[in-house]
Amino acid sequence: MSARTISFTLNGQPVSTMIEPHRNLVELLQRFDLFGARESCGQGLCGCCTVLVDGQAVSGCLYFAVWADGKSVTTVEHLDADGALSNVQDAFIACGAFQCGFCTPGFVLMTHQLLKHNPDPSDQDIRHYLSGNLCRCAAYPEIVAAVKQAAKAPAAKAPAAKAQAAKAAGTSAGQ
Amino acid sequence: MKQIGRELPRLEARAKVSGRAEYTHNLRLPGMLYGKVFRSTVPHGIIRRIDTTAARALPGVHRVVTGEDVRRLIPEPYYGPAFHDQPILALDKVRYVGEPVAAVLASDPHVAEQAAQLITAEYDELPAVYDELAAMQPDTLVHEELRPAGTFADLKHLQGRKGTNVALDYHLRRGDADKAFANAHRVFEHTFKTQQCLHLPFEPHVAVAEPGDERLTIYSSNQTPSFVRIEIARLFGWPENRVRVKVPYLGGGYGSKVYVKLEALVAALAVLVRRPVKIALTMEEQFYMITKHPTTFRIKSGVDKDGRIIARACEVYWNGGAYADIGPRVTQKSGFTAAGPYDIDNVSIDSYALYTNRTPAGALRGFGVPQLVWGYESHTDLIARELGMDPVAFRRKNLLRDGRPQASGTVLQDAAIGEVLDALVARIGWNAPFDRGSPTLRRGRGIAIGFKASISPTTSVAVVNVSADGSVYLYKSTVDMGQGGDTAFAQIVGEVLDVKAEEVRIVAPDTDVTPYDMGTLGSRSLYHMGNAVRLAAEEARAKLRALAAEAGLPEGTNYPAAEIFKKRYGMQAGNVIGTGSFVPSYKPPDAQTGQSDNVTPFWMVGGAAAEVEVDTETGHVRILRLINAADCGKLINPAVARTQLSGAAIMQLGFTLSEAMQLDGGQVTNASLADYKIPGIGDVPPMENELVAAEQHSGPFGAKGLGETGTFGVSPAIANAIHDAIDVRIAELPITAEAVLRALRDKAGRPLEDE
Repeated sequence: MSARTISFTLNGQPVSTMIEPHRNLVELLQRFDLFGARESCGQGLCGCCTVLVDGQAVSGCLYFAVWADGKSVTTVEHLDADGALSNVQDAFIACGAFQCGFCTPGFVLMTHQLLKHNPDPSDQDIRHYLSGNLCRCAAYPEIVAAVKQAAKAPAAKAPAAKAQAAKAAGTSAGQ
Repeated sequence: MKQIGRELPRLEARAKVSGRAEYTHNLRLPGMLYGKVFRSTVPHGIIRRIDTTAARALPGVHRVVTGEDVRRLIPEPYYGPAFHDQPILALDKVRYVGEPVAAVLASDPHVAEQAAQLITAEYDELPAVYDELAAMQPDTLVHEELRPAGTFADLKHLQGRKGTNVALDYHLRRGDADKAFANAHRVFEHTFKTQQCLHLPFEPHVAVAEPGDERLTIYSSNQTPSFVRIEIARLFGWPENRVRVKVPYLGGGYGSKVYVKLEALVAALAVLVRRPVKIALTMEEQFYMITKHPTTFRIKSGVDKDGRIIARACEVYWNGGAYADIGPRVTQKSGFTAAGPYDIDNVSIDSYALYTNRTPAGALRGFGVPQLVWGYESHTDLIARELGMDPVAFRRKNLLRDGRPQASGTVLQDAAIGEVLDALVARIGWNAPFDRGSPTLRRGRGIAIGFKASISPTTSVAVVNVSADGSVYLYKSTVDMGQGGDTAFAQIVGEVLDVKAEEVRIVAPDTDVTPYDMGTLGSRSLYHMGNAVRLAAEEARAKLRALAAEAGLPEGTNYPAAEIFKKRYGMQAGNVIGTGSFVPSYKPPDAQTGQSDNVTPFWMVGGAAAEVEVDTETGHVRILRLINAADCGKLINPAVARTQLSGAAIMQLGFTLSEAMQLDGGQVTNASLADYKIPGIGDVPPMENELVAAEQHSGPFGAKGLGETGTFGVSPAIANAIHDAIDVRIAELPITAEAVLRALRDKAGRPLEDE
């Protein structure tokens, strides 16, 4: 199948590339050496491939790369673009909310969306919102604790890149 | 500067939360080809013809390779840790649905996938055997002849054996069980079964081979880089130093990535086409790689008038699938403890590893022990109920304690079995009354404990390097797959050398650089590699002191390492290397009686208590509380240890309540996360985890392994709690709502009709 040229904003920077229509967003990101979104189940069920497109979380394994044309794509790598981790990332570390780390970027991005949407979530809110992300190491209790901790420590410093990332990450489906 | 006991976040925490951690998954090399596997569609058959014409004709396809092509490169292309029984690509026969038959190579993985779908194969189908008990009869033979690897002395006598599916039979005899049964006040006999399930790491198996000049570099998501190097070198007839195996972080392992998995295939393909080759499995393909043994466990106990177990007989049948993998070791090592953590004078254990026409089975977080605890703790509970004794009191009366010989003859040491049981009893409030629920929502409680012998004797080697500025490196081939090994080892090095653990540089496994380690499996690393790391760090410390003496620094003073180097070499130069190797002592069990006074260097002890609510109208089981307790020795890092214990218990919850591979004519019918249900965040019950105060005196700083311990008690604790709630016994995993409802209806004399 013949490739076509697409142009989009990737983590704040305008980019263009040639891509075949059957390739998905995860493959597109790999061309830019971004590996934080990972294809695992291939069915949009595990959340390992979570990417934000125009602020909306999508499953990168089910989202055709060409659909990104003209859109703004944000990946987990953008959260610490200014060198400092986000409050959610800090909380995940403090609470030990991962083991192998393969699913972690998806949980981190979804947590940003949840907190934007609902700054003080209950356990039940957290479980409901993160039910589309799976963790085979089962660090679930630690993840719930991390989300609550992040809610208590909202993003303090917000340099340009982080503010933009947080803004993109926080614009959820519900808004 | 105390490092042991610190709740230090994992060293790689930042890389993991930012998506930048290095996994084999990420790797791309110049000129690399992607491989896709064409798999058998029949469970058992003679290969008549493989037609690759259409696949080869597809534009973009570089090469299509079959088993015969591999055989021209490697005359004996069979691999495996216990038996050399698994061909790199099927030869002559296929033995399970999903077995690799051919591989397509292309620069574009989508082209490779499309081409793989254009391959066709014809087979003369043979009768297939799926059940472990049926496989005991030699009616259908999965292998014509047994091919033991020769690595294990106790398998050598099986060389060339024909007419059987039994890959290993292990027997233990202690005392005189038959006589004791004849004298027993009561005898109880039950059968328990477990299902086929699997590891499903979220980074599915992935490996890359890069050919060099008569050399190979293999990058793999693998738990045993040293073994892979040795096995690939053996296949090619090369010395070890022509194969280099590199392993970054693993996106989960749980026992699925031990020994050779994809590595032999990518190696053969890369050598054939002289280009780097990558194969990454899909989630679906993991169902055709490695699984957990289904088992049938027949267990019989004789009890005297006082409620003491005087005899126990165990027969365990392990459904190993088409290739032995590490199944024979699972059969033997778990066999040591099949009679449970009880002090029983007369024991017989017979454990059989069987070939069947299923996806091969290996080790999954417990090396067979969770299947055994499921049986013996369900059985023990049933006996207590039959005797009218409290299940905890019955266990306490029979509990194995330190200083007493276990069934193998090895005396128990540093095994806090009583303390773990006490912790569970206290936490759940066993002796206090509780809400029994309503007539249709009935509540009950259950408890279960298990133990495990380590995988012995196995070797670990470590190197600690102190640089001229005093900064420290650790070289070891233990893999960090999420268990936190790197962090624990850094804490051990830091404790010995008085540096902060987070400042210790851990060199990722690379067999050209990092020394031998038997493998990251069986909860062996913290004990074996931990001891080796401690010895290496101690040697480095001693050498630093010697260097200080050479430099003329007064003895007993505490100069920083950087000053010692500067004083000795006149500038920032030199380094100090400490090495440590560790292999525990071991005595092989007697071939006839299975007796040995030294089968393991340490024991793992874990248990669970559960409170459940059963809906008698639907069979649905809700876990109201799940308590896990374990003896993990002294804790190097309590935070990581708790997460390990909790994660293992939740994983086992999936194997208890929902996970099961469904087969239809040998074909897996639910090979996806949509159809094979693993625990999600909403499935986690209220949980408590307790690491009891304990010490493994032979372990590094009193520590012992703990990756598997959280799995032991979960399944039987839940079945025992269900029994307590509704007076119905579930004897087969998983405990689905349908299984509970069927059992309830059977009891009521109104059985549910089959679909």
